[in-house]
Amino acid sequence: MNNLDLEVDLNGLKLSNPVTTASGTFGFGMEYKDYVDLNKLGAVMVKGTTLNPKQGNETPRIAETSSGMLNAIGLQNPGVEHFLDTILAETKEYDFKTIVNISGNTVEDYAKLANKLNVSGVAALEVNISCPNVKKGGLAFGTQPKMAAGVVEAVRKETDLPIITKLSPNVADITSIARSVEEAGTDIISLINTLVGMKIDIDKQEPILANKMGGLSGPAIKPVAVRMVYQVAQAVDVPLIGMGGVSNAQDAIEFMLAGANAISIGTANFVNPEVSMEVLAGIEDYLLDNNYNSVDQIVGKAIK
Amino acid sequence: MPERSIRKVVSQKKLCSNHYQMVIDAPKMAEEAQMGQFVHLKWVSKDINNNDPLLRRPISFNEINKDKGEITIVYRTIGRGTKLLASLEAGDKVDLMGPLGTGFSIPQDKDKFVIVGGGMGIAPLLVLVENLIAAQKEVVVLLGAETEEQLLNLEQYQNLDIEVKAATMDGSYGYQGYVTDLLAEETNVDYIYTCGPEIMMEQVQNWAVENKIKGQASLEERMGCGTGACLSCVCKIKVETESGWEYKKTCTTGPIFALNEVIFSE
Repeated sequence: MNNLDLEVDLNGLKLSNPVTTASGTFGFGMEYKDYVDLNKLGAVMVKGTTLNPKQGNETPRIAETSSGMLNAIGLQNPGVEHFLDTILAETKEYDFKTIVNISGNTVEDYAKLANKLNVSGVAALEVNISCPNVKKGGLAFGTQPKMAAGVVEAVRKETDLPIITKLSPNVADITSIARSVEEAGTDIISLINTLVGMKIDIDKQEPILANKMGGLSGPAIKPVAVRMVYQVAQAVDVPLIGMGGVSNAQDAIEFMLAGANAISIGTANFVNPEVSMEVLAGIEDYLLDNNYNSVDQIVGKAIK
Repeated sequence: MPERSIRKVVSQKKLCSNHYQMVIDAPKMAEEAQMGQFVHLKWVSKDINNNDPLLRRPISFNEINKDKGEITIVYRTIGRGTKLLASLEAGDKVDLMGPLGTGFSIPQDKDKFVIVGGGMGIAPLLVLVENLIAAQKEVVVLLGAETEEQLLNLEQYQNLDIEVKAATMDGSYGYQGYVTDLLAEETNVDYIYTCGPEIMMEQVQNWAVENKIKGQASLEERMGCGTGACLSCVCKIKVETESGWEYKKTCTTGPIFALNEVIFSE
């Protein structure tokens, strides 16, 4: 008898399984409907949403690197009103939990976004205090514990939805930021966002990205991400969503063993649009092969 | 409906210095593919680590053979990704996504069509020209490249029952100079299509605007996902808003755009 239950309960946010897709890599979900049975995903973290529409950065916005890529999109998005008026109706058609990733220039922006998104069909908010590609706000909120806590407190006042705070790896000590957002009331922590990097065109002798710097993602960053999940899992009690270079089920399991209660797939969606389903099947096989009956049984098992 | 599938290389041919033509067995894609659309592909390595280079490469269809169930792409080796593609032989596997993007459309009320292709941009226009001929339109093809050998598909174009003019920068074939110089000879043109370097397409756009002719351009941008999710491959397209333009996705809204709406440079 197969009595394996893939459901995960992240401090009240219940997902049918631990496989989610990372903000900025999966659009609003529908972009992948030809490749993925969207109803089988635990959650979709939708594209970073701001109060007003944003055009984003100039191009080039992307550069390939060894086993990875740099991006500097600059949060191009249609704005929260468009999300509420148009996109939400489409995401509601699917079984996946819709998690809205929010970004602001000021603490007030985050609070206003949280207030507007108190609607049915939004399962949780992912507070993005770690975008490296915008001039104001973004990363600044994610590198100083007090500022990070300030954003989370402001969002907490405006919403009863579960709050996920997305941490930046571009810090000296990620555990101090993690503790700080936990104290401020975050329900869940997701990590990691991209690592700030650069690539230079040696013929033109200038950075490839129009924004000069961008966020490094893909398999290249996975060891850094696993290490940070391993550290944060020991520093806080809230559940974690691990991400950063997850490209297959083995990677996902590695994150879980390091302490992630769920995982998110990002850049790998670009490489293989069907990867999320393969990861889900692979996790199930691993748990069955090793006689587990829930995901929780492997979370943090590698922590010694 | 686009799909991802692992398919086999039928043949790989070196056209000239660093230009290659690959035929891939892909019946479903060939059945659905439209002129101007593209395939997003990745070489499949024989070992498990397929991470470097990481991303797919978007390449327009050069030929679509529905009878044989094959698609043909023409590409130029630039970095490691395209060099690995060029290393594949008949029987090797490739990982395909497609057909993707919007294709060319043919306005039925127009009669005389001019096609301007430059460099690699010559390749995606071949299927369009075949369709225009099938639609019994008058077609003039202007092709430009650095050298004669880089006039890709020249013979295939010449074998069609249409007027083909060529320009090379080194004068090794046809007119010496820019292909867009050849536009000056064209009269009574109803519609124009172009694909090639931006600087060339901008010249085509200028000529089209001066002569009040509409058309379509096939654009190329650095691309990530190919599905419209990542917003990497955006290009500036004129719209009636305050700023006058908007970033549109080359992968899903394009790669074909109305010629007069593209903002090529600033």
